[in-house]
Amino acid sequence: MAELLIDQVTAGDELPELVVDVTPTTVVLGALASRDWRPMHHDYKFATERNGVADIFLNTPNQAAWFERYITDWTGPSGRVGRMTFRMRDSVFPGDRMTYRASVTEVDTDDQGCGWALVEVTLTAAELDGSGNPGEERVATTCTIRVAIPKNENDNPWARKADGWKP
Amino acid sequence: MSDPNTDDLPSWVAESIGKPQYPVTATFPVERSYTYDTLAATKNANPLYWDEAVADEVTGGMTAMPSTLSLWMRPHYWEPGAEGEQVALKVHFDLKERLGLPEAVMTDNTVVFHDPVRPGDVISHAQILRSVSGLKTTKLGTGRFWVIDIEYKNQNGDLVGVENYTGFGYNREENK
Repeated sequence: MAELLIDQVTAGDELPELVVDVTPTTVVLGALASRDWRPMHHDYKFATERNGVADIFLNTPNQAAWFERYITDWTGPSGRVGRMTFRMRDSVFPGDRMTYRASVTEVDTDDQGCGWALVEVTLTAAELDGSGNPGEERVATTCTIRVAIPKNENDNPWARKADGWKP
Repeated sequence: MSDPNTDDLPSWVAESIGKPQYPVTATFPVERSYTYDTLAATKNANPLYWDEAVADEVTGGMTAMPSTLSLWMRPHYWEPGAEGEQVALKVHFDLKERLGLPEAVMTDNTVVFHDPVRPGDVISHAQILRSVSGLKTTKLGTGRFWVIDIEYKNQNGDLVGVENYTGFGYNREENK
């Protein structure tokens, strides 16, 4: 994985898209990996008959893990996520195509000398038809992420502790 | 239960603001398998979590993915002596019941990551009510917004993360 440096980042930068076709396994694996045993994430009948939704759906902690993966794919392993804020708008179901898109809205250095990028991520979902073509996209979740990025090859956000780490 | 139609907040609300409630310590230590499961579930190739040499160099040893923070405090699906479903975010359910607001949604969720969580850590958390609003009317109904923090610490008392939830408890308009 390439390592990103903060001086390579500018407000307005667009991150590469991440596209994932969701299967029942995507949903169930993500729920169980996050110890989320609630039935709407693995039981089709419960989800459709009790919750009245189209299918089982991706749980929030697993969405957080997808957002983290998306951001660190971009930064490399030295990128350190400090803060994530979610706004849930719609669900992601098996048979959907998830697309992650993001842009950098702010780049700054805090009073401890740590470089930060503020990134606005949008997760959309689009139902795939029988031929695998996506339908209309709907916004499922938006997420604002503040991520620390090294200033140079000798800087490491993970080395910051206590008052030196201001997420 | 308070009267949900008055703007007066009962005194117990003000008394509980800022005080840690429902402190719980995890029943098992942080371990690597859930990190691997999460990496596999999201096809995440970050070498920080797969390659010990990279982890040693960057983070001084293996860590858990930050986004797995809350999973360490989730109860087992079953364990000896457990009765019924364990409810997370008990303060939220207390507010719904005691303020007479049967419906609720979470409107925002923020997670702030502090010290890294490492295999072998034993995580504890407590819930802290930060604020409760006066009566508000939205398209969902009339009710109150509240803000709850969950502070996560490791076995040394070091802060490893804070989750912040904004909830809106309400009565549906047709129920009024």
